[in-house]
Amino acid sequence: MNFKHKYFFLFPGLFVLIGILIFPIIFVVRLSLSGWNSYNPGLDYIGLENYIRLFTDDPRFWESFFRLSFLSVTTVILQYVIGFALAHMVWKDIKFKRFFRVLFLVPMMTTPVIMTVIWRTFFHESLGPVNDLLSVFGVAPKWLTDPVIAKFTVIIVEVWQWTPFMFLLLLAGLLSLPKEPFLAAAIDGASPVRKFIYVTFPLMAPISIGAIIIRLIEASKIMDTVYVLTSGGPGTSTETSSFYIFIKGLREFQMGYAASMSFTYLIIMIISLTIIAKVLTKVLLKE
Amino acid sequence: MKLMKTCLTAIISSLMIFSPMAYADKWSDQFPHIKATGDIPGDCSYEKMSKKNYKGKTLKINTHAIPVMGEPTALHAEQFEKLTGAKVEVTHTPAGDLYSKAMVPFQAGQAPYDVVFGFSNFINDWKRYLAPVPKKYMNSPEMKDVTKSHMGVSSWDGTMYQYPVDGDRHYLKYRKDVIDNPEMQKKYKADTGNELRVPRTWKEYAQMAKYFNDWDWDGDGEKEYGSAEVMKKDDLMFAAFFSRSVAYAKNPRTPGGFFFDLETMKPNINNPGFVEALTDWVEATKYVPPGGTNFGLGDEIGSFGGGQTLFSFSWDDAFIAAMQDDSPIKNKVGAAPLPGADRVWNRVSNSWENQYNQAPYIVWGWAVGVAKKSKVKDMAFDYLCFFSNGANHQADLAIGRFGVNPFKNSDFDPNIYINSMGWDPEIANSYTQTLLDMEKSNNRVFPLRVPGVFEFTSAVATGTSKALAGQLSPQEALDEVAKEWEAIVSRVGKKAVQDAYAVGVKMEDNKL
Repeated sequence: MNFKHKYFFLFPGLFVLIGILIFPIIFVVRLSLSGWNSYNPGLDYIGLENYIRLFTDDPRFWESFFRLSFLSVTTVILQYVIGFALAHMVWKDIKFKRFFRVLFLVPMMTTPVIMTVIWRTFFHESLGPVNDLLSVFGVAPKWLTDPVIAKFTVIIVEVWQWTPFMFLLLLAGLLSLPKEPFLAAAIDGASPVRKFIYVTFPLMAPISIGAIIIRLIEASKIMDTVYVLTSGGPGTSTETSSFYIFIKGLREFQMGYAASMSFTYLIIMIISLTIIAKVLTKVLLKE
Repeated sequence: MKLMKTCLTAIISSLMIFSPMAYADKWSDQFPHIKATGDIPGDCSYEKMSKKNYKGKTLKINTHAIPVMGEPTALHAEQFEKLTGAKVEVTHTPAGDLYSKAMVPFQAGQAPYDVVFGFSNFINDWKRYLAPVPKKYMNSPEMKDVTKSHMGVSSWDGTMYQYPVDGDRHYLKYRKDVIDNPEMQKKYKADTGNELRVPRTWKEYAQMAKYFNDWDWDGDGEKEYGSAEVMKKDDLMFAAFFSRSVAYAKNPRTPGGFFFDLETMKPNINNPGFVEALTDWVEATKYVPPGGTNFGLGDEIGSFGGGQTLFSFSWDDAFIAAMQDDSPIKNKVGAAPLPGADRVWNRVSNSWENQYNQAPYIVWGWAVGVAKKSKVKDMAFDYLCFFSNGANHQADLAIGRFGVNPFKNSDFDPNIYINSMGWDPEIANSYTQTLLDMEKSNNRVFPLRVPGVFEFTSAVATGTSKALAGQLSPQEALDEVAKEWEAIVSRVGKKAVQDAYAVGVKMEDNKL
């Protein structure tokens, strides 16, 4: 029998794939080869001019990329450690386990922009409650106006918002672990610490790698927190790649140039996340 | 007696028919927004609009988020619907996205909105997609009342593309209860040896702001500070920087460009005048409230309007907020021109001129246009004309959060503010006189309106914020801005920027 007609059934999915994934990427590449901006609308062809400008005359893009790397790696490590601790806590039989499981997920369920506005109010240096409380101890950190502290303020907000996601993935992982290795460890008289180091952590490694990579992908797109909290300031001290691309694309309307930055950024992220995934696999799954 | 009765009846009847108050009663009953004045006769009054029939037609508007400009847009849309039978759909958009939300469909040859709100400095980029304001409206008495400056701001080389609905300029706001207080004056003199007065120069401003920083000078149990300014990166901070620069860098004896040298298109932005202004601004980080270097316009309004600082400068909003009925400092504030400087840079002789200089900054403000591709242009212009008719405009002026500020010559009558807003006559006089003097000045600076204007202003915001954050010195920061400006001019094309800039220079040099 001839089943060639079965390929027709693939078309709907293929069209969707082309429409929502392939076409936008091809369009970004084409846009990046044009000089589209506010005074020169349209897809003219300027070759690699935007890329040459990016690689030879735009240190701000690379500064924002390295800043992003610092922020995303730091936030994901903190999210992993805190998320694992919380998941481990509610994995065991403790009182109000269900309540805590829901409570720990609340930050993730809130709207990031709204929550960042609230955090900005908390950290407001003259009107916010945080410095009001800290003034009892005679300190008043410049949460949003000191170039170094502002980075940590962004990290605090990001960790608060997205640790629940890590918690959720890790808790699901913990709940799916087999019971036998833990029983064997208990029979051998292993202490809780040894049990964690030699049983729980290694068993959780594959899930941990997945969770870290997913969060790194998300964290590398950090935009709304920076936009609302600091607008990339003071100076350029909290400006990340996505925020810088947003400024060039939608504030300055340099669409062609912003497209070249987006595509370059995409390539860098694919390469670096692949390397990170391989390294994590090698380190955490060494046996 | 009978004759008297007849005469009296005739007089009352005449008044009922011909007096504007007759309309006022009728229309203000239906539309409480205009209860203070009632309808004011004019080409786009409530009375005139009620005779239009736009039933079955839809007007689509993109405006700012509520409340600033978004609230009056929606309110007047609702009124317009009731009067004309039209359907008006209002979309609210954050300020940062107003440009791109209209520009993307414009460039794609579409017109999803008939009326687009934005800022007046969008004009160069938007003008090719906007319909010029028709003669019928240009010749109306309401339009004849618009100030010369704001006619210029709304027009491009003589053609009006943006319908005037708002007028903006930067000026100084100060705490009158402190500056005019004899006890404070005595104390200030004893402590500093200087007179406490409305600052004439930015150096005086800094001295006073420093002196009144970080202590409770109004006895409310809270600390007060020197100055509230827009210093947050990308949150209109470039406009605040230009306000501080005009005194040092706008020299009335060197026409031919404030931002660039029009002949060579070499940026002036890193000349000693601008550097001096940025140096002052870096110093200002010491007398703003805690967190003040992250203040956007909203924070500035809240800070000065809430009585937290001695000074502020920028748009009207902080002053109007301070003068609203619910303000703790109502009738305790004053308005004055932006401070000047004891010396001004001469870019031709490359030297300082040691003489007093002051220059008003007629900053960009809210603007609105009708899309060239709109299919309901008549209705769109009628809506805009109705938006700014006499009754709506006066009512809008009284509500600080609306963001509608004076742009008509009749707005400079202090009685408007005394009678309908309860302002102290002295304050109302100082406010209107300050605005009026800016209109009369021959040494004004207008906003930069060249192709790719956002690239230029964004470069200024980045450079100056680096200086405020201590990442670069003022000279290094402005050198970086100048280099970026040269690159932008080169990318856009020198001729295109030069031609556009020439229009602005004509306004600055009083030739338009």
